[in-house]
Amino acid sequence: MPIMRIPCPCCGERDAREFTYFGDGSVSRPEASAIDTCARFYEYVYLRDNPAGLHRELWYHGSGCHAWLVVCRDTLTHEVHSAIRAADPPITSQS
Amino acid sequence: MCNEQHVKYSVSSLLLGGLTGQRNWQPLWRFPLPRPSYDVVLVGGGGHGVATAYYLAKEHGISNVAVLEKSYLGSGSVGRNTTIIRSNYLLAGNIPFYEWSMKLWEGLEQDLNYNAMVSQRGILNLYHSDAQRDAFVRRGNAMRLHGVDAELLDRERVRAMYPFFDFANARFPIRGGLLQRRGGTVRHDAVVWGYARAADRRGVDLIQNCEVTGIRVESGRAVGLDTSQGFIRARKIGLAVAGNSSRLAAMAGLRLPIESHVLQAFVTEGLKPILPGVVTFGAGHFYISQSDKGGLVFGGDLDGYNSYAQRGNLAAVEDVCEGGVSLMPLLGRVRIVRTWGGVMDMSMDGSPIIDRTPIDGLYLNAGWCYGGFKATPASGWCFAHLIATDEPHPTAAAYRLDRFASGRLIDEKGVGAQPNLH
Repeated sequence: MPIMRIPCPCCGERDAREFTYFGDGSVSRPEASAIDTCARFYEYVYLRDNPAGLHRELWYHGSGCHAWLVVCRDTLTHEVHSAIRAADPPITSQS
Repeated sequence: MCNEQHVKYSVSSLLLGGLTGQRNWQPLWRFPLPRPSYDVVLVGGGGHGVATAYYLAKEHGISNVAVLEKSYLGSGSVGRNTTIIRSNYLLAGNIPFYEWSMKLWEGLEQDLNYNAMVSQRGILNLYHSDAQRDAFVRRGNAMRLHGVDAELLDRERVRAMYPFFDFANARFPIRGGLLQRRGGTVRHDAVVWGYARAADRRGVDLIQNCEVTGIRVESGRAVGLDTSQGFIRARKIGLAVAGNSSRLAAMAGLRLPIESHVLQAFVTEGLKPILPGVVTFGAGHFYISQSDKGGLVFGGDLDGYNSYAQRGNLAAVEDVCEGGVSLMPLLGRVRIVRTWGGVMDMSMDGSPIIDRTPIDGLYLNAGWCYGGFKATPASGWCFAHLIATDEPHPTAAAYRLDRFASGRLIDEKGVGAQPNLH
């Protein structure tokens, strides 16, 4: 049984049990002032792509640097491809 | 379509078989090729799919039905659970549905003429604090108001039933428990086999190794399915593929309020009978029973991250075992012989969805979290009712797809839209 490890940009590769999972990192909070706020918040709070394959997701490094990370992980294999700090600008041309 | 030659299982057929060299056994179902079109096509040959097909044929007279399964019947979560049945729910949207399921379990074997080993050995939920006792009193009262059996036991009555629990645990003292005597366990695979055999006899085509690759929608109406065995036209299509509901719904352009998560389960080496009923540990999340073969069957929390892998990580294994040893220290001396993972449709409020979709002719049965097995009979019953009549069954009327937009959530645990906490 493989152990899932997350390459934290601050702390190096660490066991996943040091982190807390939050969920899909690809959804973004809508503007409260938009005309269709209710519909957008419904999608933001409840609807998910839930892909079988690569998934961008939020993990919190509670037992380490206390950073929020955006982790790219394969939900079919649990292989972790990358992890960046959520505060950093997203890498657009990554594999 | 029904074959009158089928053997009805009974004491006399068993004796006859024994005296005639066991030559009276027959395959439980046919292996048909798909026909070009059906009145109803159900996707997913698990418990819910075959139960739906059975009740469509039996209760609604719709037997021009196919069940499509991408692997073999019962290859998904119906064969990957901890076999527990119960109806000890709190909320009004849930109790009548799960109690209807319990009533169907109670008559299931006679109805199907199949031994599913339904065993009402009782389920005991332990409490460890005053606050937890209050919560269980409330739950027990809610159950009894709906006509469901519930008994609150104090510490000494629990000790009389299970003297080997760790009553001296300073951190998690056992104060008592809420007992539902009608809860218990069922042989999980036999549920699929029994429903499949009974559905097949009523003319349902059970088509295995048939993977759905696309849902064809024309002018807002679902008209058929592209599959690995060709296109199959259908007047109505029902999805019962919990674990993979988002993937199937995406083929019709729908996004669902669901995440897929992995839940692990465990079986130990066989022991002499020690655990007469099902027990849950209230200070962590741990549930255990003993199979008729003697192995202790137990499980706990989700791993907690999105997964379609049907296997989990060691962190969850450790957490489950810690809970188990806190409850009954003897577990520390028992070897685990098998573990596995199943993929759960974790919905955003922890409750299921049995409803029409925005696409005409496409019906959804999804979001079972880790409560799908016990729901199998009522899920089939209510989904068949919905597909046949286009109206929700009264016990499942709250399981609407639009409740997330309208705010009528059924959040049994009260943790909000965070699927890995339900």
